Amino acid sequence: MRQTWVTPGGVHPPENKHQSVTQPIGSLPIPEKLVVPLGQHIGAPAIACVKLGDKVLKGQKIADPAGTVSVAIHAPTSGTVSAIEARPIAHSSGIEALCIEITSDGKDQWIALQGIADFEHTTPKTLLSIITDAGIAGMGGAGFPTAVKLNPGFHRPIDTLIVNATECEPYITADDALIRERAEEIIEGIRILSHTLGNPSNILIGIEDNKPEAIQALEPHTQDTGINVVSFPTKYPSGGEKQLIYILTGKELPSGQIPADIGIVCVNIGTTYAIKRAVVEGEPLVSRVTTMTGEACEINRNYDVLIGTPVSHMLEHNKFDAEKCSRVIMGGPMMGFSLMSKDIPIVKTSNCLLAPSVEEIPHNEPAQPCIRCGMCAEACPASLLPQQLLWYSQAKDYDRLQSHNLFDCIECGACSYVCPSNIPLVQHYRSSKSDIKKAEEEKIKSAQARERFEFRQQRIEQADKEREAKRAARREAALQAKKTAAPNSAADIVAAAQARTEAKQLSPEQEQAKLERAVSSAEMRVQKAQSKLDTAVASEEPEDKIKILSAALSGAQQKLEKAKTRLAEQSN
Amino acid sequence: MAFKQVTSPHAHGAKSTANVMKLVVLATIPGLIALTWHFGWGSLINVVLACLTAVISEALVLKIRKRPLAFYLGDYSAVVTAVLLGLALPPLCPWWVVVIGTVFSVVIAKQLFGGLGYNPFNPAMVGYVVLLISFPVQMTTWITPLALLPEGLSHPDFIESLRLVFSSLAPVDGITGATPLDSFKHTSGLTVDQIYQQDSLFSQAMFAGVGWEWVNLGFLAGGIIMLSNRLFTWHGPVAMLATLALMSLIFWDSGSSQSPGSMMMHLFNGASMMGAFFILTDPVSSTVSNRGRLVYGALIGFLVYIIRAWGNYPDAIAFAVLLANFCAPFIDNYTLPRTYGHTDRRKATERSED
Ligand code: SF4
Ligand code: SF4
Repeated sequence: MRQTWVTPGGVHPPENKHQSVTQPIGSLPIPEKLVVPLGQHIGAPAIACVKLGDKVLKGQKIADPAGTVSVAIHAPTSGTVSAIEARPIAHSSGIEALCIEITSDGKDQWIALQGIADFEHTTPKTLLSIITDAGIAGMGGAGFPTAVKLNPGFHRPIDTLIVNATECEPYITADDALIRERAEEIIEGIRILSHTLGNPSNILIGIEDNKPEAIQALEPHTQDTGINVVSFPTKYPSGGEKQLIYILTGKELPSGQIPADIGIVCVNIGTTYAIKRAVVEGEPLVSRVTTMTGEACEINRNYDVLIGTPVSHMLEHNKFDAEKCSRVIMGGPMMGFSLMSKDIPIVKTSNCLLAPSVEEIPHNEPAQPCIRCGMCAEACPASLLPQQLLWYSQAKDYDRLQSHNLFDCIECGACSYVCPSNIPLVQHYRSSKSDIKKAEEEKIKSAQARERFEFRQQRIEQADKEREAKRAARREAALQAKKTAAPNSAADIVAAAQARTEAKQLSPEQEQAKLERAVSSAEMRVQKAQSKLDTAVASEEPEDKIKILSAALSGAQQKLEKAKTRLAEQSN
Repeated sequence: MAFKQVTSPHAHGAKSTANVMKLVVLATIPGLIALTWHFGWGSLINVVLACLTAVISEALVLKIRKRPLAFYLGDYSAVVTAVLLGLALPPLCPWWVVVIGTVFSVVIAKQLFGGLGYNPFNPAMVGYVVLLISFPVQMTTWITPLALLPEGLSHPDFIESLRLVFSSLAPVDGITGATPLDSFKHTSGLTVDQIYQQDSLFSQAMFAGVGWEWVNLGFLAGGIIMLSNRLFTWHGPVAMLATLALMSLIFWDSGSSQSPGSMMMHLFNGASMMGAFFILTDPVSSTVSNRGRLVYGALIGFLVYIIRAWGNYPDAIAFAVLLANFCAPFIDNYTLPRTYGHTDRRKATERSED
């Protein structure tokens, strides 16, 4: 047995995992229409490369990755592109985003697939591009593009690969089922990962001891591979990346750093399976295993679900009873978010669809005052003081919130889970975090605005001076003209006017130079935006910030394009 | 169709504030039984009277503050305060002492500060101290323990006790007397051994003081029940008792006439155990982190000893707790736990680096 470390805090909510693992992974009939969001991962949303009415085959690329931190999107089945528009997507704040709708032709016909049998003789670079092109992003929760994670750069040598099979949230058994049935392929996927990372010396599969079948399934395939299956006592949230790193290595990820900074790469076990399919079979990521569970559905089991399958389709096929149901949750009961509508599609990160009955998860009780009992602090895996964070959140004391390390909160919900006063602590933290971020962005924005203002002021002054000079010159010219010859014919007046306008216009050379300047400054702006986005991604900034940055990048790119076309027109 | 929108986490553990409070009340039962056994019906009457007063006055304040009655009364916090105050007051003290103390605790010390969760001071102890300062006579008249009653005398029965309480008459002489801490403090010029021989409060005791040792054992048992139910962590009570023990060992002075008393006497007399497990564990007015609670508990143990040994009051839990309440925010500032991924502990007043 390998040594494991024990994290502070944690809770033991009822597991409720047995309901969904009694049957093997099933499959659902193909829905009539699939809705595939373009942004299922962290980073820039993919860019659609099909048009309305196009016929597509299963696995055909329908959107290209936009930049380095992005992945491709593929058609989950064969059919016709019937809409490209904003639809409600799986997101905690219930937003809409660009999606491609595919009306199935019922044939489920694959494109020609081509895999690599011998990955060991393929360069990591090729493998990484296969992974990006197969649309693989972390399938455990956040959806971080896997290829980016696997390419930490030379200055960050990796000595440990951690495969996260913890699945610590109650109810969810997607990974468990996947391991039980497809352990061999998973191990193959891990070997591919290890190869792309230059064969790190430690390869650990972290798994909680409540999944003995899965552990047993892995064992025969890991013998003599150097891959260690490490099991440890079940406790929520052991599956948090930071917690798992500590449990398996005894190292803490320093605040604000990414695992690669301490030589670790963490990948969800479902992702390793997807990588194997992508590399060896050439199959892009078009389906995933999702747990359908909760008492409001008669059937509880795991399914191989096509990405883009509407939630309503899953619910119907599992005999969903809306009367009984207290809420529909995407993800688990601790960190999942409740869905607004049935039309939301399953995406690459959807590991569970939970439809609990009211008895299972009752409606929220009204919150009572905090009695400062400290149970939350006992439960917090990050050793924060949730009650103080609550206090300062309510007081909007951002300085205190930061000195109490609000941003180290992983939003696991353990504190709210134990709070006897039913206080929705995590909700307070989320809104405080976004308030603080907003305030900081505003600070940056106002600094930029000031800069812009000063620059404009300068320009105006400059222009004023120039105008003044021109006016003086004109006056001079008029005086001269008067002196030489009084304007006595209409032709003279016209000629004089023409001369004046010409004097005002820039010469073609000047025009050219001006446009060139515009292009180069636009280029600078694009570069800046790109580097900002890259650093944000590298330091694993939160999703929404990255979204803002990628939007800024695409804006800058557009401006650059415009400037270039204008320059081209001028030179012709 | 639209579903209900709720934020995570969706699951919730079973404990509720009301249950926590109920358990605290239940945990006082061993102590209450010991008190009633050794000192008669007075404590029980105190507790019931205080509870009624607390509920009524809390309801009135809630009404004035226009808060939903059932919701806030349902948290049982007023009852806990009342029970603790009732236990701390001398048995058979006049009814108005109980009522004034309770009203002070609930209305002034709690509701006027914003209600449950916002009171900087332990409400029961505020009430107690106000009474002690205002009515020193009533507050220092204790009942003689059962074992030491003179021949032919017994504690008044329940009806007689009620009559005494509501007529505000002092109980007959002979059934009132000093507490062991009181008696110890006011005997000067004798060595500890001499006091122990002369004073039947000590000479007939098992190890600390007749009756009182049982009361303290009762509260200790209640405390262990709460600890095993994880109502609070061990840090505060253990730090307080350990400090109290340590102080009395250091200053034991081998029992000379100057000695402030033995370790056992301090641990198992007066309100030591009740203070350790029921008073300083009041989460609202104490410190928040475990390290903070160690400091907080130790501070209380230290203050209790100092006041008992060299101060003017024989027992000192209430003053010590209130003083420590004052210090709690300050202690909190320096005892933040080390967050995952940070190498240093921060101070709460630290500014973000910019
Ligand atoms: S668990 Fe709830 S009531 Fe207790 S201290 Fe934390 S926030 Fe306050
Ligand atoms: S949600 Fe944040 S504060 Fe609450 S237990 Fe988890 S990490 Fe701690």
